[in-house]
Amino acid sequence: MLAVRNLTKLFGTFAACNGIDLDIQPGEIHALLGENGAGKSTLVKMLFGVLAPTSGQISWRGEAVSIASPSAARKLGIGMVFQHFSLFEALTVAENIALSLDGTIPLARVAERAAELSRAYGLPLDPKAHVADLSVGERQRIEIVRALLQNPQLIILDEPTSVLTPQEADRLFETLFKLRAEGRSVLYISHRLEEVQRICDRATVLRHGKVTGACDPKKETAASLARMMVGADVPHVSAAGTNTKGDVLLEARHLDVPARTPFAVSLKDVSLKVHAGEVLAIAGVAGNGQGELFDALSGEYAVADPNAVLIRQRPVGQQGITARRLLGAGFVPEERHGHAAVTGMSLSDNLVLARNQSDRKAFLGGGVLGVIKYVAVRLASRRISEAMDVRKSGDDPTAGSLSGGNLQKYIVGRELDRQPAVLIVNQPTWGVDAGAASRIRQALVDLAKSGSAVLVISQDLDEIFEVATEVAVISEGRLSDIYPAIALSREKIGLLMGGLQGQPEALTEAAHAH
Amino acid sequence: MGIIEAILLTVVTAATPLVLAAIGELVTERAGVLNLGVEGMMIMGAVLAFAATQATGSPYVGILAGIGGGALFSLLFGFLTLTLVANQVATGLALTILGLGISGQIGEAYVGMSGTKLPPIAIPGLSEIPYLGPLLFKQDLIFYISIALVIGVNWFLFRSRAGLKIRAIGDNHASAHALGIGVIRTRYLAVLFGGACAGLAGAQLSLVYTPQWVENMSAGRGWIALALVVFASWRPWRVLAGGYLFGAVSISQLHAQALGLGIPSQFLSALPYIATVVVLVLISHNRRMTLINTPASLGKPFVPDR
Repeated sequence: MLAVRNLTKLFGTFAACNGIDLDIQPGEIHALLGENGAGKSTLVKMLFGVLAPTSGQISWRGEAVSIASPSAARKLGIGMVFQHFSLFEALTVAENIALSLDGTIPLARVAERAAELSRAYGLPLDPKAHVADLSVGERQRIEIVRALLQNPQLIILDEPTSVLTPQEADRLFETLFKLRAEGRSVLYISHRLEEVQRICDRATVLRHGKVTGACDPKKETAASLARMMVGADVPHVSAAGTNTKGDVLLEARHLDVPARTPFAVSLKDVSLKVHAGEVLAIAGVAGNGQGELFDALSGEYAVADPNAVLIRQRPVGQQGITARRLLGAGFVPEERHGHAAVTGMSLSDNLVLARNQSDRKAFLGGGVLGVIKYVAVRLASRRISEAMDVRKSGDDPTAGSLSGGNLQKYIVGRELDRQPAVLIVNQPTWGVDAGAASRIRQALVDLAKSGSAVLVISQDLDEIFEVATEVAVISEGRLSDIYPAIALSREKIGLLMGGLQGQPEALTEAAHAH
Repeated sequence: MGIIEAILLTVVTAATPLVLAAIGELVTERAGVLNLGVEGMMIMGAVLAFAATQATGSPYVGILAGIGGGALFSLLFGFLTLTLVANQVATGLALTILGLGISGQIGEAYVGMSGTKLPPIAIPGLSEIPYLGPLLFKQDLIFYISIALVIGVNWFLFRSRAGLKIRAIGDNHASAHALGIGVIRTRYLAVLFGGACAGLAGAQLSLVYTPQWVENMSAGRGWIALALVVFASWRPWRVLAGGYLFGAVSISQLHAQALGLGIPSQFLSALPYIATVVVLVLISHNRRMTLINTPASLGKPFVPDR
């Protein structure tokens, strides 16, 4: 259906894609594997007409084509779900969908059509909601429905399942199988090897802009695929060593937070305790109060009752982020760009922004003037980069120039470098490649072993089972009981995610029988 | 005609150019382009409308000349900021200064000449309604156009596909480009529309408000129109309401002086800007309000990465 020969894209002298060959047959789900920065995004952008190739050839159904624009790609029958969402925050869900339909349906009817189709594909959406009010997971559903609505012959999906529950992912896979049965093709970009092995018919692996393997993923092992991707074996997250449980370092007591906007989730009677030496993972589908919980625990928004949040047994509900940091807590918010880091500023400047109070002595001089000690900051920044294996161009580049995985490693490293007694991380490896994800998870596990309390909010069950000692599930702003990680299976977590509360006996019994 | 009626009539005349210039700038800004050159485009419209009316004797030709002048001037802005990607704020300011200068040059020959006033058009039946009739249905063509534009723009932005595309571009031009919407082309059209409206507003000044040419006769109305767009939080109906509010304030300035009320006229002339600041504070107080109301890519240059 689609054949790519010797496709090359140069940015200056840097070859983002270097002589790529790719063949997609009708009716197959084709995986495109590779770490961040391997050239996957550049390749699919060329296929979708967003970028123009420097050289090489694309043929569509046997005929050489030049895809000049996304609308040209759509006319050929190529649909795309972007990794960085191409949604309009100020517009409603229906309006966002209408924009990508080529004017065949009257605007007034798009809302009901969208609602119908989103139900049919098992991706529930409220067409009248503003995108600004939706979570990452809900936004991705819009992207998927939007691409499917165009009735494409080839649909390109970039990391589509990273924010879905296993059940939702299964439903998506069913949709993909349906598409395949209709003779359509899917180009499926993912880091999740077992997912690729489960649903994909063939795989093309990229590394440093070149094809390093074309195979049937079902005949490969996860390890052999990972080797093609990374060029070396991906280190397993090791849970070796013992976790010594200590005092309660982070606690929430009957935390109630009303919804800040009409579309936000309110937190209802959330209680949790994280002991020294524990990693408590909070599982849940996007938009169930994770962001609100992070805001309340980190102090981005103070809560009414000072005793509702305790860090090292001190009531901090009314305190701000800096005060909580000074007590030895560290925070990594979900959004890398613009929230955890200022993309236009250098890494060392970002370091000062985060730690100018908690490390005042080390980074600032001149008394009240607060003059930045650049040498000390640069050294600390270099230390963090080395500790977390951050790959970057130059000594101190802007945060935005790093790939997602490398920036995330830096941001997590920035907190770890302080040896925080309490670390709260929201979606630590969202959109991060396998190598970087394993590095970050290992760091979280190691931090807990060294006696800190770690709270990880994640939608990725693989991640949760790799790092957690304890697991709780958040659903509609309510937190389940906390279970030891070994007593839970994927299915149980899936049930809890769906809001099955108040039946701990049934759950633990099932876990014992398991 | 009673005194109240006379005052209200002057309010309508004072509000019309504000509404016109603001509704044009609203469309431009909804597409993500900040054109601070409204004052310059308006004054160009005023002088060309006056000149064309003098040359042909027909104020309707004058209206067309005013629209054309404003549009042409905005095209210069579009070329500089959209094609050459110059800074929008600096270019807009330069456009205003340039417009004031060129219009003074063109208008030198017309200073002191008495102009031709655009005749009112009475709408049969409706204009007989007591009080309301003469106020709303015995007006000149430009007034009717201003009302029709507000209704039309509101429908266009929120009900039509093309309007949806404009809002999408203003919110996130990179995503709009990725969807295959012609960002630069659409922005050119939005800038042209803004220029044409500003030019028409200028024509109203020299053909209706004071039918003569006076240098700098726009007298800061372009700036009030810019403030009005923010005051209206980029909503057409609020532009209409705000335009009449600001128009009333500027008229009350004159009457307050005439009646010897104790309100300093400086305070009254500052009132539109104070109101705008209050609205800005209210909007930015709430993140959601900001996200939904403000064109997020306003003033940001767009360069497709091909």
